[in-house]
Amino acid sequence: MKILLLLGYWILVIIMGLLYMGIARKVTARIQNRYGPPFYQAFLDVLKLFSKRETASHGVMHSLGPVIAFAGISTTLLFLPLGKGAPILHFQGDLFVFLYLIVIGPLGMALGAGESNNPNATIGIARALSLMLGYEIILFMATLPVFVHFKTASIYEVILKQGAFPNWAGIKFPLSMLGGLIALQGLLGEKPFDQPIAPHEIASGPMVEYGGKYLGLLQLWHAVGIIVETGLFIDVFFGPQNILWFFLGTFIAFMLAVVINAVMPRFRIEQAIRFYWGVPLLLVVLGILQYYLWR
Amino acid sequence: MGLFKISQGRSLWMVHFCTGCGAVEMPPTMTSRFDMERFGIAPMATPRQADVLLITGYLTVKTLKRVIMVYEQMPTPRYVIGFGSCTVNGGIYWDSYNVIKNLDLYIPVDLYIFGCMPRPESILDAFLKLRKMIEEGKANKWKDYIERYDWYKQNQAKLFDVNKWRVQK
Repeated sequence: MKILLLLGYWILVIIMGLLYMGIARKVTARIQNRYGPPFYQAFLDVLKLFSKRETASHGVMHSLGPVIAFAGISTTLLFLPLGKGAPILHFQGDLFVFLYLIVIGPLGMALGAGESNNPNATIGIARALSLMLGYEIILFMATLPVFVHFKTASIYEVILKQGAFPNWAGIKFPLSMLGGLIALQGLLGEKPFDQPIAPHEIASGPMVEYGGKYLGLLQLWHAVGIIVETGLFIDVFFGPQNILWFFLGTFIAFMLAVVINAVMPRFRIEQAIRFYWGVPLLLVVLGILQYYLWR
Repeated sequence: MGLFKISQGRSLWMVHFCTGCGAVEMPPTMTSRFDMERFGIAPMATPRQADVLLITGYLTVKTLKRVIMVYEQMPTPRYVIGFGSCTVNGGIYWDSYNVIKNLDLYIPVDLYIFGCMPRPESILDAFLKLRKMIEEGKANKWKDYIERYDWYKQNQAKLFDVNKWRVQK
């Protein structure tokens, strides 16, 4: 029974992620004064990719890379509460497990894409792993005062202890929330932080040798990743009351990233990391100071 | 499977390999005025992710080799659209020594767009016809390439025979 529940949870998140991706394409098109594809376009793309047949092989690891990435993000999903009453794994300290598991996706892709020996893929991986050095620090330091304030290291307990509107952590720690929002832009890989998959310069980066079912799996990885990454931000800073509120929150957070993505150019990789170690780092450090000064 | 056929028709990713002057009609087709993406058609930077190969105009022998390499890297089912009169009969390069005259002999073409150059409207029309063909199960030229592989390879080898052009001493 519990397995069926988990399966339903997983399918719900995949469907919502693909829906968000489709709506994001529509919103980007409207900003660019185009009509845009239908909102269900992402479902059609994934279906089509799973119906294709890849003719070439680049070795075992190349095929396993997307599987590792997808398995990593699916495991991370188990630690993400969708609101207050949703079924999840939770225990004291699951934040650290979450932050470790969220890295498995890019690492799986790095292992797979490295096998293909395509120079574009190698450049893409190098950029993805370097960029992680920027946003992971900001993300961790942004969530730190919240978890210290509520004296817990469990995402679920943070939601329970925050309660309703005026007690949100995002209102108590606005600077940390702002830093977290900037980290989210890099975590989602939206412009100006889309150096890993820059299609105009390195031909989709790590995905350059992936097609057919592999790319379909990577699309699903991205779909779950959207919910997991925005979900962490919403869970920590806005303490969702129920599942509808959770999806509304993640939708707004993702649309904010998409709207910024639609009007931004791309940083060079060293500019991106320098940016993260500048203003956002200052914001999150001030957020931590704020906790100690106004305790 | 009906659902797979519909998804294949409604999500066509094309490879950016602009071989001739017809490619200049692609930017207006993609951007705001004739928005191509509303039919699920999107440009892709690599042949591994592409469904449609566009041959936009004349093809020299040198370029044809690369086109064949790109075509064979694409996962099946894959489709080819030939742009303009150059792909049909060589167009204004009919009498040229290094431009191929009939694309059909070297790679299987699902659809030709006539004109020099085709307007964005006719490009969109071709894509919608291709979508209809895929949904009805008629766009099967990629199977033809597998079944008559020897014939296609023979034609290609005749063209790529460098000894023919070498000056005899």
